[in-house]
Amino acid sequence: MSASNKPIVVVIGNGMVGHKFCERLMAATSSFRIIVFGEEPRPAYDRVHLSEYFNGKSAHDLSLSMAGWFDEQDVELHIGDPVREIDRTAKLVHSRKGIVQSYDMLVLATGSGAFVPDISGIEKKGVFVYRTIEDLDLIREYAKGAHNAAVMGGGLLGLEAAKALLDLGISNPYVIEFASRLMPRQIDSAGSHILETRLKKLGLQILLNKSTLAVEGGESIRTLRFADDTSLDLDMLVISAGIRPRDELARLAGLQVGTRGGILVNEKMQTSDPHIYAIGECALACGMIYGLVAPGYEMADVVVSQLTEGNKSFTGFDMSTKLKLIGVDVASFGDAFVSEPDSRTIVFEDRHKGIYKRINITSDGTRLLGGILIGDAAAYNILLQTVNNRLPLPPDPEDLVLGSRGGAAAGAGVMDLPDEALICSCESVTKAAICTAVMEKGVESVEGMKKCTKAGTGCGGCVPLVKDLIAGTLKANGRYVRNVICEHFDQSRQELLDLIKLHDVRTYDEALGRWGKGDGCEVCKPAVASILASCWNDNIQKQPVIQDSNDRFLANIQKGGTYSVVPRIPGGEITPEKLIVLGKVAKKYNLYTKITGGQRIDLFGAHVGDLPDIWEELIDAGFESGHAYGKALRTVKSCVGSTWCRFGLHDSVSFAIEVEERYRGIRAPHKIKGGVSGCIRECAEAQSKDFGIIATEKGWNLYVCGNGGSKPQHAQLLATDIDSATVIRYLDRFLMFYIQTADPLTRTATWLNKMDGGMSYLKNVVVEDSLGMATQWEAEMQTLVNSYKCEWKEVVEDPALRQRFVHFVNAPRKKDPSVSFDNMRGQIKAKEW
Amino acid sequence: METNTTSYNNPGAIAGSTPNGSAPKWRFACQVEDIPSDGGACVSLNEEQIAIFNFSRRGQWYATENRCPHKQQMALSRGMTGSLGEQCEPKVACPFHKKTFSLVTGECLTGEDYKIRTYPVKIKDGKIYIGM
Repeated sequence: MSASNKPIVVVIGNGMVGHKFCERLMAATSSFRIIVFGEEPRPAYDRVHLSEYFNGKSAHDLSLSMAGWFDEQDVELHIGDPVREIDRTAKLVHSRKGIVQSYDMLVLATGSGAFVPDISGIEKKGVFVYRTIEDLDLIREYAKGAHNAAVMGGGLLGLEAAKALLDLGISNPYVIEFASRLMPRQIDSAGSHILETRLKKLGLQILLNKSTLAVEGGESIRTLRFADDTSLDLDMLVISAGIRPRDELARLAGLQVGTRGGILVNEKMQTSDPHIYAIGECALACGMIYGLVAPGYEMADVVVSQLTEGNKSFTGFDMSTKLKLIGVDVASFGDAFVSEPDSRTIVFEDRHKGIYKRINITSDGTRLLGGILIGDAAAYNILLQTVNNRLPLPPDPEDLVLGSRGGAAAGAGVMDLPDEALICSCESVTKAAICTAVMEKGVESVEGMKKCTKAGTGCGGCVPLVKDLIAGTLKANGRYVRNVICEHFDQSRQELLDLIKLHDVRTYDEALGRWGKGDGCEVCKPAVASILASCWNDNIQKQPVIQDSNDRFLANIQKGGTYSVVPRIPGGEITPEKLIVLGKVAKKYNLYTKITGGQRIDLFGAHVGDLPDIWEELIDAGFESGHAYGKALRTVKSCVGSTWCRFGLHDSVSFAIEVEERYRGIRAPHKIKGGVSGCIRECAEAQSKDFGIIATEKGWNLYVCGNGGSKPQHAQLLATDIDSATVIRYLDRFLMFYIQTADPLTRTATWLNKMDGGMSYLKNVVVEDSLGMATQWEAEMQTLVNSYKCEWKEVVEDPALRQRFVHFVNAPRKKDPSVSFDNMRGQIKAKEW
Repeated sequence: METNTTSYNNPGAIAGSTPNGSAPKWRFACQVEDIPSDGGACVSLNEEQIAIFNFSRRGQWYATENRCPHKQQMALSRGMTGSLGEQCEPKVACPFHKKTFSLVTGECLTGEDYKIRTYPVKIKDGKIYIGM
């Protein structure tokens, strides 16, 4: 069929749903010609993640299609050219720019606009709506001069807009809500209360029960006046109080609309004119406007099915949602509000951590009806599946919110879900489809599953569930899901460590010869190197080529190919004499100096050939390697403690030095950081470290498994009020347990998160010695401690090793000519790459 | 190997380095013992930086440019070597961002459109020569 005589489908609106419709129709058939008219000046973009525009994402990042998609697909797109009239008799649309286009089928995907309440003064300067990228550009520009800004509307969109205000650096952001709670459609009062507390901590002020009477001021907004005779001074107001379906075009064309707006459609998404469909937020389906993207996609699918002689229909949509609002998990699923006598409610509330969980179960306790999760929504997917598939509840339904307090996990596992269970609602992928892809197409990863089924490519909320289903299916088919190191070794790190110890293997080559294949790679070489170091503590310079570049050169490679040098400064304590030496060395070798986060001094910009000379001078002054380059103990940070501080309970510096010197140089699956605080004020930030020690009146509290980084996690309490010797004993056990069982490049926090039984299990192992390993671990740790040697010193004193620190092996004295520096604030800086 | 001449002519490398198809000109680089076993090191030849890799487990030698095309860093010689797949495609991983490159074809093996130049290697009397 040539392009000219294909039936023409005109789509009005190029938002997320309109775009999805084009994608789905093109995927289903090539027998239509598609012509799209969009009002906005750019092709469809991800409106759900609009607030990320203020968080560094560009309009390009948010775009839903690759450049050239429309051309490739032969979809005709007119952007910045809205349709202004539909002539149903002649089946023509007229665009603002004057295009007259005939259609065979017309799809209205005009979406919604912001609902702007009718308040006097709302037209003043400084009042914005939050809907499009253009709105955001206006807000960003105006926000530069604003201090007090508010969002009107405490619903889902309002809180997204509030996040935008925070990201813009507004010093005094407010959220104003008419109802008595936040997110009134999704959560209850108790849940709102927890959410308010968490948002207040982030700097948002929340005003509830506020009915706005007037926007006051001159040309620009100055004050907001409320019905309760209070007022709020503002420079800026963002309205996000709900949506209004864009049905004006449909009204003009004489299509039926609902009394409160929205284009009326039947279950086939047909309007009152059978040649015209409406989908997304402009459509009034099953008596309501669906203001989420997933039901909009479902509607698009229904129309595609109708056009391709399918029989799919739209019969309502599950409005359960899980989202991260300003960093706080909020989820609402099934019937979130049902209460007695129709159901029984189980509530868990933790005001300390800001967690609220509510589940509603049938009166007979057999089925889950719905619920609300605030602060921790990890269980959302499985709870939603339990509702939707009417899965039986465990004997103690409270386990669903509290977690099981002994042995097996509470509730149904993913493998208990029925085949038809909808796992990815954005792309309509069922459990059966995922399991089939695993069994018949050999898909074994989430990435592969995304390619094969598109599951998880929408909002991404189902990815954990998809992951569990892949692992579960493999396991159910007798495929032991092994956590092997890489293609060259068929063992996990723990298995390999056991083998290496058992067979007394001392080199990578021997390990590769015995258990591996091929020539190894950049994954297994450093992993084995770490195991060998943890087992035998030999100088890693004996096998330089299996070390990561940083370990190979005992320094950190930086932009431009030079290295940085960090000597150990235990506990952050340093004499003036040593400080002077650091300054002298830095000056002599032209190094950039910076204080690190771990209370040390980093010297940047060293040529590889200068490293041994630099170390030699540092060692002469009493320094040693700080292992900043290794997956090893980095620093034990301390506050000044009782020697100087008027609050200090114990001498935190001395203890930090003792601990740092004990564990220095010990290699582990990943870097390890520690902290010691002299009192509960916690100035050493010990709770953000792999181990943290905090003084109490009676001794020390020991925390473990915290970390900073991209996913900060607080350390958890392992033991209270213990003496220094017990701290060391527990740390020996904890560290050896970690070193021997964690996967490569896994920090202690992640290791704990993956551990069956979590913190209570770890406590049993370390404190109660439930594995009976304590004595052995303490002895093994002592062996490592006793065999410590400074790696720098070993290089400095060995001419053969020293010789390796050159850039050109055929011109040892020549420095890398490609290295050059810029200047900044009186020091060098690496050239931009 | 010490007394014999052995050439390691990586397929595609000669044509790549001598566009007119003429035989490569062999340049002395360094001694065999200058390059660590199953690892690499860098030499300066003709104002160019060449990374030489010694796959001693298999008795193979490879040479490439030292520059990683990703961020133009002179670092490949400091990268970890290894192999990919059943065919044991020899490779090196740049220490900066772990992009890996085939030492035979020079192609990026981590799915990006980068390519590094490779050179043939000849060993004679314990000396390493690079064909340029």
